[in-house]
Amino acid sequence: MSANSKQLLQPGAEAVITKGWLGAHRWLILRRSSQIGILLLFLVGPWFGWWIVKGNLSFSHTLNILPLTDPYIILQSLLAGHVSDKMALTGVLIVTVFYLLVGGRSFCSWVCPVNLLTDAAYWLRVRLGIKGSAHISRQTRYWILGMTLVAAAVTGSIVWEMVNPVSMMHRGLFFGFGLAWAVLLAVWLFDLFVMRHGWCGHLCPVGAFYSLIGKWSLTRIRLPLRTACNDCMDCFAVCPEPQVIRPALKAIGGTPPLILEANCTNCGRCIDVCSKDVFVFGTRFNHSVATVAGVSQVTPK
Amino acid sequence: MDNENTPSTAARRQFFADTARMACGVGLLGLGVGLYARHARALPPAAIRPPGALAEADFSAACIRCGMCVRDCPFNILHLAKPEEPLSTGTPYFVARQLPCEMCEDIPCVKACPTGALDHSLKDINKAKMGLAVLVDHETCLNFLGLRCDICYRVCPVIDKAITLDPQTNTRTGKHTLFIPVVHSDQCTGCGKCEKACPTEVASIKVFPLTMAKGQLSAHYRLGWVEKEKAGGSLVAPDAAHQYNMPEGMKYEHGKGLSPMPVQPPGVSAAPAPAPAPANGLPKALQGNKL
Ligand code: SF4
Ligand code: SF4
Ligand code: SF4
Ligand code: SF4
Repeated sequence: MSANSKQLLQPGAEAVITKGWLGAHRWLILRRSSQIGILLLFLVGPWFGWWIVKGNLSFSHTLNILPLTDPYIILQSLLAGHVSDKMALTGVLIVTVFYLLVGGRSFCSWVCPVNLLTDAAYWLRVRLGIKGSAHISRQTRYWILGMTLVAAAVTGSIVWEMVNPVSMMHRGLFFGFGLAWAVLLAVWLFDLFVMRHGWCGHLCPVGAFYSLIGKWSLTRIRLPLRTACNDCMDCFAVCPEPQVIRPALKAIGGTPPLILEANCTNCGRCIDVCSKDVFVFGTRFNHSVATVAGVSQVTPK
Repeated sequence: MDNENTPSTAARRQFFADTARMACGVGLLGLGVGLYARHARALPPAAIRPPGALAEADFSAACIRCGMCVRDCPFNILHLAKPEEPLSTGTPYFVARQLPCEMCEDIPCVKACPTGALDHSLKDINKAKMGLAVLVDHETCLNFLGLRCDICYRVCPVIDKAITLDPQTNTRTGKHTLFIPVVHSDQCTGCGKCEKACPTEVASIKVFPLTMAKGQLSAHYRLGWVEKEKAGGSLVAPDAAHQYNMPEGMKYEHGKGLSPMPVQPPGVSAAPAPAPAPANGLPKALQGNKL
């Protein structure tokens, strides 16, 4: 196997050499811990009767004090003609502010259970060398998002929840799956055989909704060392939304060294796999760049 | 037609084609989901919503499928619907024959609901309207058969109000009484304890969602006797005293039937002395209280 094809198969190999395995998987490990940890928090209730958290991602109550509500489902409920009680609305406020701070689609990479599934499909897809991928625009998710909102308004009920794989998976884990597993299997097979990053990258309206919050969110990936990029393309290979990187990395149209695209999921995988340490977490207001020597300066506006 | 082949025109055409394809695809998906949702608009007969649930159309807009009500029910009677079940996916329900609602005084399920899909204005569980019990099978109900089962009557938390036992003649034996369980919709909460407790192999009394169990009179119907009571008297014309065309020497009283007139002192009347007139000597139609 030539060095070149090996690198294609395993993006991040160079980072492992320069930063060590742990250094090159830091954010991935943290992210998986967060995803699994949140699931466990919900699971210890039904499993052992330790009710730290009750409910599911639509609404949950932590330690009987912290209400958290999914703003997307409350929006559908509102369009369907119901104004929720204070409890649910308080949860919406907290969740919205939280994601405005940490990044809208952080929900996708740090919380959503379906992401574990679709990431697994992608992992297997690469290992099996499945190349072909159907072409659907990444904008499709916004059309689907719009459709779910229109459907709620027209039918007067939260119809998307009848089929939504995201809540089906989360609810299924704590309240029983029934045939929901078939829906999730369909999503998994779709991602594995039909389309690369199919569900999360192109179709899911939940992700699309959180990306709208992400338009204004504070936490962003910064590229203070973008000049150090050696075009190894590893970040593009691991990013679930690779289109978000290019403007910031290549300074297209004077883009500051910040990934401002709403669909960046703040997964931090680009930070992990970059052997040149181009990427770091930061805020959207920090436009500073560092020279390779590590001296910070602010880009002229 | 050089123009048509310039990259920008081709790209634009491609863009419109893609957009149209996407809109059609998503539109079809929406239609599919909408139609699928329509199926689940009416509750299936065995699924009863928790106390305080809004009417089904409002409930499907309000309930966010969080399961808080399920968690806070101390008797674990509630489930969230699975996708294959014939009601809106993820919404809470119970099946009375499996586990009925215990009608907790503090109604924890309603308190847990963050959205108001379970109406917080329900403070008295006896006012709940989860469904309505219906004595569905008069052929198998043991009380209808003449036994004194009475179980539904006795387990009912609203005893002697939601279900009463109405005595009726047992025409089969001719000398016993049937105690017919009668459900009163203004008192029944739909908890389902009667359905759970009914000892027949398949319950003879069942709880159904209100829309399924309750009839409704046409709006223009008036119950004469109710109206009369409200008005404190007849609404049409004063009741005229009945006039009977009696055989001579007989009188008629409501309830009693025919009887001979009191005997007049002789000489006052030329009428022949009335015969003792045994009841069965009379035409059948004049007997008893059938008139
Ligand atoms: S895109 Fe949807 S399914 Fe994927 S991680 Fe985000 S919310 Fe979950
Ligand atoms: S009233 Fe009590 S038993 Fe009935 S559904 Fe609510 S919590 Fe459960
Ligand atoms: S608590 Fe309310 S919103 Fe949540 S599942 Fe029950 S009825 Fe629905
Ligand atoms: S419990 Fe069943 S069998 Fe007994 S009286 Fe009631 S309906 Fe009839």
